[in-house]
Formats: sequence, structure tokens, C-alpha cells
Amino acid sequence: MLEKLQHLDRRWVFLMMLLAVAVPMLADWQVPEKSTLLVRQTFEAIDRLPEGSKILLSWDWDPSAEGELGPMANAFVRHCCQKKHKMVFIALWPVGQQLIDDTIEKLIQADYPHLVYGRDYVNLGFKPGNEGVIKVLLTDLRQLYTTDARGTNIEKIPVMRGLNTVRDFDLVVSVSAGYPGIKEWVQYASAAYPNQVRLITGTTGVSAPLLYPYIPDQLQGMLGAIKGAAEYEQLLLEKYPPTHGEEVGKYQEALRRMGPQLAAHLLMIGLIVLGNILYFASRRKQS
Amino acid sequence: MASGQLLVSEKTAGKSRWVGPALLLAAGVYVAWRAAVFGCGTVYVAPADEGPTSVSAWEAVAGVAQPSLGRTIGVWVAALLTLAIFSFLYKDNPLYKLAEAVFVGVSAGYWMVVAFWTTLVPNLLGKLFPAWVSAGLMPGLSPEREDAWYWYFVPLVLGLMLLWRLAPRGAWIAAWPLAFIMGATAGVRLVGFLQADFLNQIGATIRPAVVLLHQADGQGVDWTASLGATVQALLLLVGVLCCLTYFFFSVEHRGLVGRASRLGVWVLMITFGAAFGYTVMGRIALLAGRLEFLLNDWLWLIDPAGLRPPDWTGWW
Repeated sequence: MLEKLQHLDRRWVFLMMLLAVAVPMLADWQVPEKSTLLVRQTFEAIDRLPEGSKILLSWDWDPSAEGELGPMANAFVRHCCQKKHKMVFIALWPVGQQLIDDTIEKLIQADYPHLVYGRDYVNLGFKPGNEGVIKVLLTDLRQLYTTDARGTNIEKIPVMRGLNTVRDFDLVVSVSAGYPGIKEWVQYASAAYPNQVRLITGTTGVSAPLLYPYIPDQLQGMLGAIKGAAEYEQLLLEKYPPTHGEEVGKYQEALRRMGPQLAAHLLMIGLIVLGNILYFASRRKQS
Repeated sequence: MASGQLLVSEKTAGKSRWVGPALLLAAGVYVAWRAAVFGCGTVYVAPADEGPTSVSAWEAVAGVAQPSLGRTIGVWVAALLTLAIFSFLYKDNPLYKLAEAVFVGVSAGYWMVVAFWTTLVPNLLGKLFPAWVSAGLMPGLSPEREDAWYWYFVPLVLGLMLLWRLAPRGAWIAAWPLAFIMGATAGVRLVGFLQADFLNQIGATIRPAVVLLHQADGQGVDWTASLGATVQALLLLVGVLCCLTYFFFSVEHRGLVGRASRLGVWVLMITFGAAFGYTVMGRIALLAGRLEFLLNDWLWLIDPAGLRPPDWTGWW
């Protein structure tokens, strides 16, 4: 038995992990969420702003991080829509532009049809240049963004009136999967103008631990991985309950993934413990 | 006896060779049956001001939406490519290679097109020849030239020099713009790191070790919160000092320095453990996202958002 387990084909582990995630999903197993201080601070950063505040939403991710960042992005946008904030979308990642279009179509146009493109929100699209884009946005936004993603002259877009640099926004939200992303926003925007640029982020589990040193001085809020997204969704659902049934499931993406998450974590812990037991047992046997 | 055992194992191997393909065939038949009977994977669209938009199946039941062939094919292609990538977990195979090649090729093509339409046209050609670009390529751009428009010849020339490396002779010409890019990038990044990761981090560490917080109503000190904040401040201080000691190699790690260094190692290990935990959480979330796409959007086995009539969802 010991010998068999020590040489277990790793594909059995893959299969176990697949089942650990799929079975709770099929059974619709969910776990309750309670928000932590950091998530509440992130929520407050948007919620405390007066109605109609101008928010820059930077979609610095691509579909490979959809499982983690999609729920956060939706939650941020829904929160802004509920608070009637003006939203300006940009992307530092090339596919970010399509993800913005997706958010606009599936979320804003579907559930907030009274919001008008150009008046309440705009998609400025992607610009290559990584941190160079952020540097230019700090001095003259219009130098880089001459049109929006649809080719409309930026001077003719009402929501852009009075917005010339990043400092003119009340808040910057970066949904970030890596480079370029929130680290660059901190380094080039918030560090350069500490009292003028306020930053919050929703980021992947891989990036989150590296960002804690920036909190709270250089980064005012952070949602770390799917857990942060689930807590944020819970706060949002409590304060702004959806008006019809369809929306409830739509805005619980992260919450419903916490069940599979818990099952997979339990499996991981079990495998780590089992691996250690096997290791010590084989050492004992050898000695 | 030995030859008998060999014969039995050969028979078993012969049978097991068919298990995988048989399972795959059964799964394929099941998916085809679901697609034929329930139309799983179908995407419905409804007309809108800005073009057709995806809607739930309820709109189709109500007669205001219709299936979109293009978007439905998109869901099926995405699902099959996801399965092709997952198949690598079993073993390397041609389907995985195909999906990988498609991904690399599409990404490269996408990058090129996006860079052309988001940078070269509006930010270079549109500055140098605004009337031409505005008339033929991007009507939203202003046809008026800026005052110092001729400066944009500099990036144009540097760009052409960079492309020179494709020429059979004179590849050294590309080294000049490359040197400019490297120098400018290094300078820009140096300032960012110096400010955010060095100076501001020192500032963030120099904090009072004993923290006294007042109650929300301003009446007296909140001792519980103060204790928590003080422990946090002390942990930060001790953690930073011990980690720095571990990386301080000018003094031998013995005595007090050695003990501080060992504590620094523990702090580092806890940090790595937390980072690993976060990474595991992230990877599982990605797997959950993909599985939800397969089970919900493609196969219609689950419907967490209530996007379809209940009898459209399920195993049978």
C-alpha cells in the first residue's frame, strides 16, 4: 500500500482535483462569506464617493484570468452603476478592450439600460506602452487618447469634459493580472502624486501578496483573488440587492465558486498531509 | 507460470487500450445528443441600438431573441479548445499541440492588428497626415495638424530603423533605436522603483511602535483596537529588521545577529507560504471558471444565474 501510494500516477491527483471542483459546482454547494477589513475599505472607497464621481477603470487583464478577475470586474462596475458614477474604461492589456466591450454589453446595457454611452461611460480602449501609458496619462490624457475605442473624437464625448489627466479622476480602479497592472499604477501614478491619485485594485492570487506593502499609503484598497471578490459581492448584494431574480445569480459568480474552492483546498491539505506521512513512513521503514 | 502471468497482463492491456477511446466516444455521443435535443451551447441575441446583444434563453422563449450562429460556434470552439488544452494533463497529444499553435498564432496576429489600429494610425499617421487619416482611415480624428507635428517624424524614423534588422545588410542600424528604448525604459523604471518600492517603503516602516486608537465616539481609548494595532506595528518592525539582518552578510551570523537572522528566515518562510496559498487559490479559481463555462455555457448541466427555463438544464 505504502509503495503503491508513493508511486501513485499524478493523473489520479488531477482527476481528484477535477472532481473536487466539479462536484460542488454541480451540487451548487455554497459557503457563507463575511467581509474582512481590507475588502470593506475597498468597498468604501467607491461607496463613499458622491454620486456622479468620475472613476477611471483600467482593465489590465485578459481572458486567462477570467475565473479570478471577471467577478471582481463585474462587481466594481455594478457598484459604480448603482452609485451613478461616471466611468471611463481603459486597458493596458490588448484583450482588455474586448473585455470592456463584454462588460458593457452584458452588464451595463443589460441591467442599466438608462445609462448612455458617452454621457455616463466611455471605452477609450487599449494603448500599448505599458507604464509609458500611465506616465502620459499623468500629464496629458488627450495626447494619447485622441479617440475612444469606437473612433469618436475625444473632444466630442461629454463624459470626458474636464478630464485631462489621471489626477482629475476621483478614483482609479485597476483590475490587474500582472504586468502592466496595479504595480505600475502604484509606481508611476500613486507614488508620484500621493495625495492626488487614489487607487484601488482587484488582483490575482499570484499578485496579491506582493501588493500588501503598498497598503494603505500607496494603495487604498485591494481585493485579493476569488476570496476578495466573494466578500465584495456579499457586501454589494447586502447594500444593493438585485431587483430581479436573474441578476442574483449573475452577481454571485465569486460567491458560488467558494464552495468548489473550499473542497479543492481541503483536498490540497489532505494531499500535503498524506505526502508528509508517506515521507516519514518511508524514512522509518528505511532506517 | 511466468508466461501465464504475461499472457493475462497482455490481455488486460489489450482491453484497457479501448477504455479511453470508448469513454471519449460515449462522452461525444452524449454531448451530440444534448446538442440535438436541448440545443446546448446555443447563444441567443436580441436586436439593440448598438447591434445585436447576447440575452438569456428566456428572451428566446418570449420570442424576442433568436439563436446566433456565429456566437454559438464561438462557444463550441472555446469549449473544444479548452478540452484540448486539458488533455495535456493526461499526456501530450496532437490536439493539445493544435490548440497551443492556434493560441500562439491568433495572439500574434491580434497583437499586430491592435497595435496598428490603436497606435500607428491615431498616434503616428494621424499626427503626421491628419487630413488623410481622418478622411480615409479614422473619421473621428481631427483633420487639423498640431503645432509641433513634425516631431512625430522622430518616432517614425526610429521605428523604420528598428525594422531594418529584417534587412539582409545593415542590421546594426536597429541597435540605435533599441538602445534608446532600453535607456528610456531603464530610466523610467528606476524612478518608479526608487519612489514606490524604496523610499516610500522606508517611510511606511517608520511608524510608532505603540499605537493608541480612540473609540468611534471620541470618548477615551479603544484598548482592544490599540492592542491589535500595537502588536501589528511591532510585528512589522521586528519582521523587517530580522529579514534585513538575514540579508546582511558583512557580519557573521552568530549570537544575537544569528538569532535575528533565523527569525528573519521564519518570517520569509511564512511569506512564501502565504504567497503559495494565494497561488493555489488563484489556480483553483481559474479551473473553477473554466469548468463553470463548460458545465453552464456549453453543456447546460447547471444554470446558476437562471438564464434558461428549468427543463432545459440537467443531465437528461
